[in-house]
Amino acid sequence: MATRSIIPFGPQHPVLPEPIHLDLVIEDEKVVEAIPSIGFVHRGLESLVAKKEFTEYVYIAERICGICSFMHGMSYCDAVEHIMEVEIPDRAKYLRTIWAEMSRIHSHLLWLGLLADGFGYESLFMQSWRIREKILDMFEATTGGRVIFSVNQIGGVLKDIDDSLMNQLLKSLDDIEKELKAITKTFLNDATVNNRLRGVGILTAKQAVDLATAGPFMRASGINRDMRTTGYNAYKDLEFAPIISKDGDSYARCEVRINEIFQSINLIREAAGKMPAGDIATPIKGFPNGEHATRVEQPRGEAFYYVKADGTKFIDRFRVRTPTFANLPGLLETLKGCQLADVPLLVLTIDPCISCTER
Amino acid sequence: MMEHVKEIEIRDLLKEAQKYKDNGWRLVQIFARALKDDAGNEITYSFGDDYEMEHLRITAAPGDAVPSLSKLFVPAFLYENEMHDLFGVKVEDIAIDYHGTFYKLGAETPMKK
Repeated sequence: MATRSIIPFGPQHPVLPEPIHLDLVIEDEKVVEAIPSIGFVHRGLESLVAKKEFTEYVYIAERICGICSFMHGMSYCDAVEHIMEVEIPDRAKYLRTIWAEMSRIHSHLLWLGLLADGFGYESLFMQSWRIREKILDMFEATTGGRVIFSVNQIGGVLKDIDDSLMNQLLKSLDDIEKELKAITKTFLNDATVNNRLRGVGILTAKQAVDLATAGPFMRASGINRDMRTTGYNAYKDLEFAPIISKDGDSYARCEVRINEIFQSINLIREAAGKMPAGDIATPIKGFPNGEHATRVEQPRGEAFYYVKADGTKFIDRFRVRTPTFANLPGLLETLKGCQLADVPLLVLTIDPCISCTER
Repeated sequence: MMEHVKEIEIRDLLKEAQKYKDNGWRLVQIFARALKDDAGNEITYSFGDDYEMEHLRITAAPGDAVPSLSKLFVPAFLYENEMHDLFGVKVEDIAIDYHGTFYKLGAETPMKK
């Protein structure tokens, strides 16, 4: 039996923009076990519900993460709206859907860049992030922000997208689609990229279910589950099916995310075509009293939200279970048996968001 | 109001969770909510079967220990260490027990009321 050693990975590492630590137990160059440590930058944002009024907390919820900030704010609002039995206008549902899908495009392009950087393709990294700039520009044009948008409110949204701006957005999506097709060839067909990704870090469908994984990480193992199909926001009116892949390896995770970008582009086009006219918010009265749990499909997967209110201006308990938190056990499984050199890339393939995890 | 919440006694937790396991459900999450006047914690366990979600809920008085679900559902160890560190919930037999070092916190059990 080979001698076992423990290699510390993180919390600071070139592939990690945020801190997480893994103790890698290795035999020669092979990882036999990985034990995670998190909590280096835990911020206690859930506790802040006791100090911010329930309407103000929308802006705290957005700050859970800088990538899916819109979805955190939206889902918090959705939970409170359920408790207050507020039906938001249809147009607000469509606007939320459009911004949510823009967030997915933004997140997946960011991830593609990080992945390319991880396997040493710097030009591909820059091309991915260059395309991503276009979606950030459209966030700025439609909301005024590039990272934190502050367009959600309890009862709907604060800003509308007029026809002129919508046309601009659709034109920008045409450009993004065209440019993404060009780099997709490299991500999915290049021999070197294939060698780095195919057969690496396999998670079987059974493991994906048993370990309660979420999002593209799970769908890459053939599990057909996407919370958008429950029909929240405007998704009930839109035509789409979850994108899955079968092999459960790093290549499959890349393939799923790329195809989800194309899907998001089509969803925005469809939503723009079907978006009804009308108000963008419903006025609210009083304070919430009750509890509600909801789930949404963030770029990284299913996120769980819980709100408990007791009829005062402060929420009693706000809970978020982010997809990265759910995907940690799956990551540990994929690391078992891999080569030490593949660890950085494998960590990237779950698209970890430690900011979300350390909410 | 929140649907599909079943309130149970601590002693019935493993038995009820086993039913979800046997039916192929997965653990979605676990969270604690501190009760006022130092009355302990309410703990909610959420289970999912594709798009269905149901919850088991227990109330743990101060000093009560709750059994770990990590032998049934591996991911439970994350949530159980979390609620131990943030709320002071005592969880017995966690598969991977960080003994209070899961989060590096400036204050002990900061979410306990």
